[in-house]
Amino acid sequence: MQKLFKAVWMYRHFIASSIRNDLRMRFARSKLGGLWMILQPLAQVAIYAVVLSRVMGSRLPGTTNEYAYVIYLIAGMVAWSLFAETVSRCLTIFVDNGNLLKKIVFPRISLPLIVAGSALTSNLLLLLAAVGVFLLVGHAPTWQMAWLLILIPVNMAFSVGLGLILGILNVFVRDVGQVMVVVLQLWFWMTPIVYMPSILPGPFRTVIECNPMYYIASGFQDVMLYGTAPPLENVGYVAVAAVVMLALALAMFRRANAEMVDVL
Amino acid sequence: MSPVLKVSRVGKAFQEYASELQRFANWFGLVIRPASQHWVLRDVSFSVAPGEAVGIIGQNGAGKSTLLKMITGTLPPTEGSVEVVGRISAILELGMGFNPELTGRQNVYHSAGLMGFDRQQITCAIHEIEAFAEIGEYFDQAVRTYSSGMQMRVAFAVATAFRPAILIVDEALSVGDAYFQHKCFERIRSFQKEGTTLLIVSHDNSAVQALCDRAVLLDRGHLIKDGAPSEVIDFYNALIAEKENATVSVNQLDGDGAVQTISGTGEAVVGEISLHDENGDPVEFINVGAPVELRVKVRIAKDIPRLVFGYMLKDRFGKQMFGTNTYHTDQVESDLVAGSEVVFSTSFNANLGAGSYSVSTALVSTDTHLVDNFEWRDLALVFTVSNFDKPYFVGSNWMPPVFKVTK
Repeated sequence: MQKLFKAVWMYRHFIASSIRNDLRMRFARSKLGGLWMILQPLAQVAIYAVVLSRVMGSRLPGTTNEYAYVIYLIAGMVAWSLFAETVSRCLTIFVDNGNLLKKIVFPRISLPLIVAGSALTSNLLLLLAAVGVFLLVGHAPTWQMAWLLILIPVNMAFSVGLGLILGILNVFVRDVGQVMVVVLQLWFWMTPIVYMPSILPGPFRTVIECNPMYYIASGFQDVMLYGTAPPLENVGYVAVAAVVMLALALAMFRRANAEMVDVL
Repeated sequence: MSPVLKVSRVGKAFQEYASELQRFANWFGLVIRPASQHWVLRDVSFSVAPGEAVGIIGQNGAGKSTLLKMITGTLPPTEGSVEVVGRISAILELGMGFNPELTGRQNVYHSAGLMGFDRQQITCAIHEIEAFAEIGEYFDQAVRTYSSGMQMRVAFAVATAFRPAILIVDEALSVGDAYFQHKCFERIRSFQKEGTTLLIVSHDNSAVQALCDRAVLLDRGHLIKDGAPSEVIDFYNALIAEKENATVSVNQLDGDGAVQTISGTGEAVVGEISLHDENGDPVEFINVGAPVELRVKVRIAKDIPRLVFGYMLKDRFGKQMFGTNTYHTDQVESDLVAGSEVVFSTSFNANLGAGSYSVSTALVSTDTHLVDNFEWRDLALVFTVSNFDKPYFVGSNWMPPVFKVTK
């Protein structure tokens, strides 16, 4: 384990410059460049807002802003986009870099770290844009937003842990990658982002309550829309889930490391 | 000197499990035997001293790349061990890991970072890398606009920017123009002088011969020969011609320890081979430029529809001086009966530099020995060329000079 951290430390410059390159690469040769990082999720918010605001808008108790539903959507989307991006990119990370892994010796753990760094950067930009939108619609952020300093790392850790586990499995069983595309979509709808948990019927709600992303998303909604602190036990539950995921991922990674190149 | 690379009894097996679930269960402590093991390399041992240049040759699928991966460290061996002292750099598939949207300079930082160098070290070396690649302004343009030759220039410049303890050179060197290839070889040689060990993998035997002082031959996952490049290459040539009923025999010739390799089906064999001077007397020492005749008596062991005779002269390093066959001169013999004898005689002037030369003979059915190889015989005859009456010259060719000096 110590060796792992040492390798990461030695390659820190490489990881940092790779994150930069990764962001640079994604929007190379597009006119709007990095703006797309923000525009895509915001466009999605706009679509949901247009389609669903009539149905959902009236169901947000305790809010006064007429754009409350938009704010609700954005808060959930900020949480979800970090999760979805990290998981879906970690999923194919080893498969995509197969050639590199076969030919060059470097700490393989740097690959998920690069993905995490890049996803985190674009998420922070999205967050900035979100605050901009809030100000535009007359919703002043409160100090409760400071909770994001805990919520984002927890979200990140959970996403990387899950992504890494799936990424390792995907090397050996490629079906994982295919299935996860569908699962992620289903997961999105199983998380109260475009709707409120209050509209769910009872038995369905107990299912949703097992979903760690539910607590993350509602945490974001609490601090960004309602201006209240998220329930500590919920954050704690996800934090524990995240640590378990990460530990499992690292354990699997250490076992699989040797066999991975065999099948790539 | 203690070796920089020690490969001891290395083997690699790819494991297949009945189900991948079993593989996953294995990681979590359950011991499940793999359903099948496929050995691609077994019991390979050799060690390499600093500054030595070793060629690794073998047919496709012989296990060369697997061996290289284990030496580089990307693939852990199933059994045995690989010990390396110092850093390994590999010029494998060039331009691998290059990002087409980034500029040459950014890619240099990226690849060198991947090799484990920090920013400062790369910044120190970047000018040198840029100068070596010689691609001018392109260095600051996106790699997608590069030609493959330019990519290879940058890739080679990065891979060799820092002198490694071991440099692995794969086929890649064949890319690029003649000028740059020269430059690459120059750099490789200078590394070698400073003590870098070279591992060269190539199908191009002349490259192995030119750069290596030793070669190892892999065949179906086993190391079957380790020795001087010319000897190993002869054996390799014999091996690729090997057919079902063919045999390869290796004879130790007395004297200087040269090794003769004979291979083929034996449907036709060389009986007697001799070199004669103008008067028809057999000779062993000949003067530079002297007219000589090579006489080869061939015994036909089985009925064969077509017979082509070929010969090749090689210098003592195994470098080819001249070679041709009767296919190219339209003198193919046909419908030969078992028991008969054919004498091939070829006359030429020995326009060779002073030194020792060998003759290899080939008895085949077409212009290559890969279709039907009746017999391939290396070192069938050895002769020496001495300079008795010509002005002193160097080189392996006698090209009569006419100086004209004007004042």
